[in-house]
Amino acid sequence: MASSQNKATHWQRTRNLTFVTLAIWFFFSFFVHWFGAELNTVSFMGFPLGFYMAAQGSPIAFVILLFWSTRRQEAIDEECGVAE
Amino acid sequence: MEKGFINNLPRIYGLYTGGFLGFIALMAILEQFGVPADVLGILFVTFTIAIYAAIGWLSRTMQVDAYYVAGREVPPLYNGMATAADWMSGASFVAMAGGIYFGGYGYLAFIVGWTGGYVLVNSLLAPYLRKFGCYTVPDFIGTRYGGNTARLLAVIVLVVASFTYVTAQINATGTIAARALQIPFEVGVWFGLLGILLCSMLGGMRAVTWTQVAQYIVLIIAYLVPVFWMSNAQDFGLIPQFSYGGAVERISELEAAAGVGQLMPSESFVGLRALTTPHAAASEGAFASWQFVTLVMVLMCGTASLPHILMRYFTTPSVRDARRSVVYSLFFIFLLYFTAPALATFTKLQIMDPNLATGIIGKSIADVQSLEWIQKWSNVGFLAISDSNGNGLLEINEFFMRGDIVVLATPEIAGLPYVISGLVAAGGMAAAMSTADGLLLAIANALSHDLYYKIIDPEADTRTRLIVARILLLIIGAGGALVASLQLSSILGAVAWAFSFACSGLFFPLVLGVWWKRANRQGAIAGMAIGFLAGSYYLYHVRFAGGPPLLGLDHLRFGIVGMAASLVAMVGVSLATEEPDAETQAMVDAIRIPGGDTVLDQTH
Repeated sequence: MASSQNKATHWQRTRNLTFVTLAIWFFFSFFVHWFGAELNTVSFMGFPLGFYMAAQGSPIAFVILLFWSTRRQEAIDEECGVAE
Repeated sequence: MEKGFINNLPRIYGLYTGGFLGFIALMAILEQFGVPADVLGILFVTFTIAIYAAIGWLSRTMQVDAYYVAGREVPPLYNGMATAADWMSGASFVAMAGGIYFGGYGYLAFIVGWTGGYVLVNSLLAPYLRKFGCYTVPDFIGTRYGGNTARLLAVIVLVVASFTYVTAQINATGTIAARALQIPFEVGVWFGLLGILLCSMLGGMRAVTWTQVAQYIVLIIAYLVPVFWMSNAQDFGLIPQFSYGGAVERISELEAAAGVGQLMPSESFVGLRALTTPHAAASEGAFASWQFVTLVMVLMCGTASLPHILMRYFTTPSVRDARRSVVYSLFFIFLLYFTAPALATFTKLQIMDPNLATGIIGKSIADVQSLEWIQKWSNVGFLAISDSNGNGLLEINEFFMRGDIVVLATPEIAGLPYVISGLVAAGGMAAAMSTADGLLLAIANALSHDLYYKIIDPEADTRTRLIVARILLLIIGAGGALVASLQLSSILGAVAWAFSFACSGLFFPLVLGVWWKRANRQGAIAGMAIGFLAGSYYLYHVRFAGGPPLLGLDHLRFGIVGMAASLVAMVGVSLATEEPDAETQAMVDAIRIPGGDTVLDQTH
């Protein structure tokens, strides 16, 4: 059983990771699309960039973000000795 | 035997996938031998439903944890597939590409919202609810906050949100069954329900899990194969998802020439639309941006509050596996969602580009009307052509169609063999059935576990509980089919409402239950009741009472109002009343670490 010190550290690090994850999520969910019309003036691989970000860019970012944050979380669980 | 099954999953589903591909090949051969298209459609739909029913029968169980959480032994990869099928409804499969076709950039909010929601599920909820060890979402609310009132409110929100959603799904199964089997819609609805119940009645969550995996395989093959085939047949590129930028650009040129957005239709046909919105252009200004991001927000928070999705993560062996399943889920969903805009783009290009053999805009009306696919789909009322200005040429505002055509008819527009259309029908059926299964089970489980067992009769034995669960499943399914057969609303309208209902009532009580120890029973009750009522009242206000929308929040976005009310009420009331007792706070501490026993027992 993990010590309460470990548990406190674990929760601290889990929270920080969650904040970082949600900040990136916020950027790709809301910030980017707020400027959809402006981004559309830029061309990316033939796409207007605003269209591309909504149709593909943000979903790809979400997939990568989840792979990354889940790996980080598993490492945190291991290092703090609270993994199953 | 059970262990052997789990260890053999790759082989079982590998064989299944191979068998399904073999079946498609067989159908293609039959088509060459002159078997009529209608027969192929019937074979596709009945064969796949028979397989699902067989899986449902083999997964029958009389054990509580197998019935409610599939025995908590579903490996993450398979749970990811099951969740993807659970998630992607008839609306995603049939209506999404059509929505983008007509709605253009603005509609892409659905793509962003329905993928990004999984970041919230993974970061804020799924692993913690798995550690909690609950059977249902109200089970978490009821135990975390204590008391039957909180549990009951969670059940009510769950039932309203899921029922709104499930009628749309049963409606979709009815539409597809009616078309493929050539039976009246009212009969199709009951036929669809029968298929759905065959999958879930006997085996509960266990049966639904293993049929959903099978359904995901069918639906993703059915969605991707036509797009790849069409793209390669028409030289759009090997992997069309990455190479349709040029097509988007070309459409913008064609739209300017055809007068999209300028030429408004002068006639109207029930249920059909002419193209009036440009494909890629985003409206400028803060109001348009606000509309986009508020829709994204409602869809994301709704994703993280819909019980039929959250309960899928209760079925994994561990907290780590719950987390991994969310990642796989998003990946499997992403495969379809990043294809939908490509499909919408290709279809539009094929219809609009006069240089392509398939182009119809600008051609003579008589020529277009002699096309086989035009005749076939106008006969069933899915499209209409009218020479409004009498110049003998088809203009953009003289071509009317239903959005569903983009997925259902594209194989024919592109001249692919009929076997592909049969495959698409089977895929649409799989998508609608799997979502309906998950939703019906979520409702029936909440009523049988939380309302019947936890509130009405805590002494009930296992047998009684599982029989009650099945009777409820039957009743709710029949109720859903009855409402669906009345055809009260369009498929997608009802789906978007379900997300707003769910996030109005459940998002903050769920998230704060994990992330804010100070959240207490009074706060949660206020959050659920006030959020849900405020959201529902606002929906009534803008949709039915004709009231002006506040800040442009229309009926698709009423969850924003509900969530704001829910957050304020929950935080305010929690802080005004005493903090939760030490036992509850220890419970919250326990769910925050993956290791150790679950809060609730394995069977409870």
